[in-house]
Amino acid sequence: MSTSVAVSVRPDPKIRVQRVNIWYGAFHALKDVTFDIPSRSITAMIGPSGCGKTSLLRCLNRMNDGIRGFRIEGEILLDGCSTLGGRDLTKLRKRVGLVFQRPNPFPLSVFENVAYGPRVHGEWSRSRLGEIVEPALCATALWDELKDRLEENALALSPEQQQRLCISRLLAVQPEVLLMDEPCSALDPVATARIEELMQELKQSYTIVIVTHNMQQASRASDYTGFMWLGELVELDATTTIFTRPAQKQTEGYVTGRFG
Amino acid sequence: MKRLIGIASWFFPSLTGLCCLLILAMVVIILGDIALHGVQRLSWEFVTAEPRVGMTEGGIFPAIFGTVLLVILMTIAVVPLGVATAIYLHEYARQQSKIVHLVRLALQNLAGVPSIVFGLFGLGFFVAFLGSGIDAVVFGGRLTYAQPCVLWASLTLAVLTLPTVVVATEEALRAVPRNYREAAYAMGATRWQVVRRVVLPQSVGGMLTGAILAISRGAGEVAPIMFTGAAYYLPYLPKKLNDQFMELGYHIYVMTTQSPDVEATKPILYSTVLVLLLVTFALNFTAIIIRSRIRRKLRST
Repeated sequence: MSTSVAVSVRPDPKIRVQRVNIWYGAFHALKDVTFDIPSRSITAMIGPSGCGKTSLLRCLNRMNDGIRGFRIEGEILLDGCSTLGGRDLTKLRKRVGLVFQRPNPFPLSVFENVAYGPRVHGEWSRSRLGEIVEPALCATALWDELKDRLEENALALSPEQQQRLCISRLLAVQPEVLLMDEPCSALDPVATARIEELMQELKQSYTIVIVTHNMQQASRASDYTGFMWLGELVELDATTTIFTRPAQKQTEGYVTGRFG
Repeated sequence: MKRLIGIASWFFPSLTGLCCLLILAMVVIILGDIALHGVQRLSWEFVTAEPRVGMTEGGIFPAIFGTVLLVILMTIAVVPLGVATAIYLHEYARQQSKIVHLVRLALQNLAGVPSIVFGLFGLGFFVAFLGSGIDAVVFGGRLTYAQPCVLWASLTLAVLTLPTVVVATEEALRAVPRNYREAAYAMGATRWQVVRRVVLPQSVGGMLTGAILAISRGAGEVAPIMFTGAAYYLPYLPKKLNDQFMELGYHIYVMTTQSPDVEATKPILYSTVLVLLLVTFALNFTAIIIRSRIRRKLRST
């Protein structure tokens, strides 16, 4: 029963993950994972700790590449082009950005945090940086709160503002896909609700993949949900289906809280 | 058993406290002795004049000048080299590679070499080998750099203090949280961009701490400069890189062992030691101020 289920093709897949296996040394962390991530939607990955959901997420922009003993097989296509070959991680990561579990703004000013990405990609003119920073902060509803505090150190912000700043920082490089690794786990319920609201707005223009421990969050905030268990993708379907009538027993057990 | 625990519970705290007191006492005795005796001869003339009458009269200005010059040249040489080495070791090199292992081993050994050996190394490598080479190639065999001088002495000290700077810098690099690096990588920054714009600004304080430690160490060393540039007595100040120089530590050594009348130099000796301590302190203090300035600047932007 533990064979991975290949999920039927949905219209317009942004990313296609095909028979991906990864190892950290001898540890087989992802087993034959295959699924599509539809464009301009939110796909949530749920599952118990250590099931491989974060590993999977990090494969999508190759953040695992630097890890010793890491090995990957299979194929990941972004808009139909392979992302696993090639050494130019810069281009891939510009298109596929990652939001981390803990807010991790640089210890720089708010402005410099958002301007960091464009700078890295070769934008130096201060006025043009300003033109990028403002909409990036507007997109996360930070602009009104912080427009007079752009020179303040980002570490002085609240955790929720920091996390939204991190999202702004990512938006400033104009990515196509946003990967979010438990973006709300360090936030209180109110802040979590605001981030989720923000995600609904962002999905109008971005493809979002979110990893979460929180099943309510997955059911509230996502269009598709995948359940992972011991390195396998057990099931991935429309979120309502997963939470009301999942095809697999294991999924049902997990979403109803019987194990995991 | 219970009584034993009772005894131990007051015995060990007292023992450790006693050790602390002992150290405090030693520092107080040494500094107190130097300050008490040293302050008697200390005067404006003493720090601005040249030594006279077989070093029993006059001042020690050339030695102060030489010490400061030596330490500044050493810092200029050792900080870029040490920082670059640490950045390569920590940010670029594959951690399990043989070369990195060898370099680390070499640095540890370098830190354990007695300072007199550095002096001989400086004489053999810088003065005899490098100096002669430069003279032969650039100056057509005319004696210019194949002699002990301030350049070679400061480079010898730089080699001596290199492990300090590398270790301190690596420590600072290690202290930069991983999530800053990851955040930058996740936006498509290249390794150099991560180092330049995330890691270096974060670790510059630690690097300067390395520089400060190197200065403290370098300013007090005599053995490495004995053969490589320090002079017994000079009637002029060093003006070129290949001039010899007087240095406070070496001056102290000379006065205690080589002077025609050791007894007569004693008051001056004390004052010289005091000045050496003050100069070392001043150099350190300058570096600390520079560090806090840079930190403040980084925090504000």
